[in-house]
Amino acid sequence: MTHPLRGQYAIAGLGLTPMGRAYDSAMGFAVEAVRLALADAGLERRNLDGLMLNPGLAWADAAMGSFALQQALGLTNLGYSLTMNIGGATAAAMVQNAALAIEAGLCTTVACVFSDAPLKPPKPDDDGKKQGGSAAAYGFARGLSAAYGQFGVNALYALVARRHMHRYGTTGDHLGAVAVAERAWANRNPAAQFHDAPLTLADYHRSRWIVEPFHLLDCCLVSNGGAAVIVTSAERARALRQPPVYVWGFGQGHPGGDPLDTLTSGAPLAKRTAFAMADIEVADVDVAEIYDCYTFTVLVTLEDYGFCAKGEGGAFVADAGIGPGGRLPVNTGGGQLSSFYMWGMTPVSEGVIQARGQGAARQAPKHDVVLVSGNGGILSTHSTLVLSPLPS
Amino acid sequence: MTSAAAKPTPEVTDELRPFFAAAREGRLVVQQCRGCGRRRFPPREICSHCLGRQADWVASSGRGTIFSFNVMHQVYHPGFAAEVPYAVVLVELEDGGRMIANLVDCPLERLRIGLPVEVVFEARGPEVSLPQFRPAAA
Ligand SMILES: [Zn+2]
Repeated sequence: MTHPLRGQYAIAGLGLTPMGRAYDSAMGFAVEAVRLALADAGLERRNLDGLMLNPGLAWADAAMGSFALQQALGLTNLGYSLTMNIGGATAAAMVQNAALAIEAGLCTTVACVFSDAPLKPPKPDDDGKKQGGSAAAYGFARGLSAAYGQFGVNALYALVARRHMHRYGTTGDHLGAVAVAERAWANRNPAAQFHDAPLTLADYHRSRWIVEPFHLLDCCLVSNGGAAVIVTSAERARALRQPPVYVWGFGQGHPGGDPLDTLTSGAPLAKRTAFAMADIEVADVDVAEIYDCYTFTVLVTLEDYGFCAKGEGGAFVADAGIGPGGRLPVNTGGGQLSSFYMWGMTPVSEGVIQARGQGAARQAPKHDVVLVSGNGGILSTHSTLVLSPLPS
Repeated sequence: MTSAAAKPTPEVTDELRPFFAAAREGRLVVQQCRGCGRRRFPPREICSHCLGRQADWVASSGRGTIFSFNVMHQVYHPGFAAEVPYAVVLVELEDGGRMIANLVDCPLERLRIGLPVEVVFEARGPEVSLPQFRPAAA
């Protein structure tokens, strides 16, 4: 029996501001992303009656973020407002919450928004060199991790990647294959931060180490920018300007436990719900937009969706191919490694572009079933969308 | 030439006070849940297995194996500027619990998952001894 929500909701608008070293406030980027998404859909601000925000790190008042954004946008009479954060899984989860809120009759048309502005504009007197900070500047270094010189998320993911390499024989060439494939896609995407920079596997290995086993090119970009999508009913979406991107299925999976033991993301859990709703199997997926905070995350997530057996993600990305002309087009805009880093909005936005068939030089030839994944924490939270240009 | 910056001294929080007190005496202790007996490190307020609130600090043999590791190449704190590249290891203690540390008395080339290690203590400032690990004596 067909799931009652399958294909009943659609993404009707997409707004992407300039990304990377573009400068605005987090609020400014969010407002601009909503304006662009409404224009894309052919809607006015007064048509919005739902607003969801995933605030990035630069949001001053993240706790009341959706309300602050509502005020900035001058929206009145919202039936639904939610500030949400489950890390990189938030964007795809916002689309799900929007559909559920519309289904429940709380609202009809929801903007789902992410923005961040971690990069500050260069100052005129900045010679580009970092100055040595005072002791007070290192007040963050008070815990045990700092005492051992372990700083940042890179180091934590590196521990998990090292276990995966130990247990399954994953290699640096495997990680590099993801970086090279995504760069090849970025070279076909004029909006990508690395559009003009080709990359070979040898270049990848020459890029400096950040924290072994990760080179610089294993790690996602840091970007300023804003992204928004408009979610509404399939019926309403058909009357709007853009071809509707139907949501065939969605799900979430938050496995808990220690990823160092499981070496597994939340994808198996999220997939179960999403693929059942969409009535698809993994072999039906034409394009995959996979959350890629690191090259490693792509490899492990592809395993967890069942594109290959557990532990064979390295061989899959290196042999089957995930770049242009490969067996499975993955992260066709260049992903967060080579295009821009908007947390889960990077895969969501590219999924919309591919489903619409608007990818131009990077368009996957077959795009009836587009898989989008989000991932947060250390493989801790996960969300799935199955998108399609076809209503059913 | 300026003197090298010191590595950060961890704050002796109430939660970690028994841990640092033992380390000052050259003993490694980890938390053990009074409800279910599971050992854990770092300490937590609530046991995620039995939801128990009570825990004791118990002695560990200080022996274990490398469960995973990374090698840090970036300088995030000036105290490590002369150290890069250096390894952060995750040690699985033989009697329960996992803890991060640095590997001492061992070239990076010897570092591997499964390497047997034992605890040693490094003075960090006048007040704190920090557990570290070195390859276990054969
Ligand atoms: Zn317990």
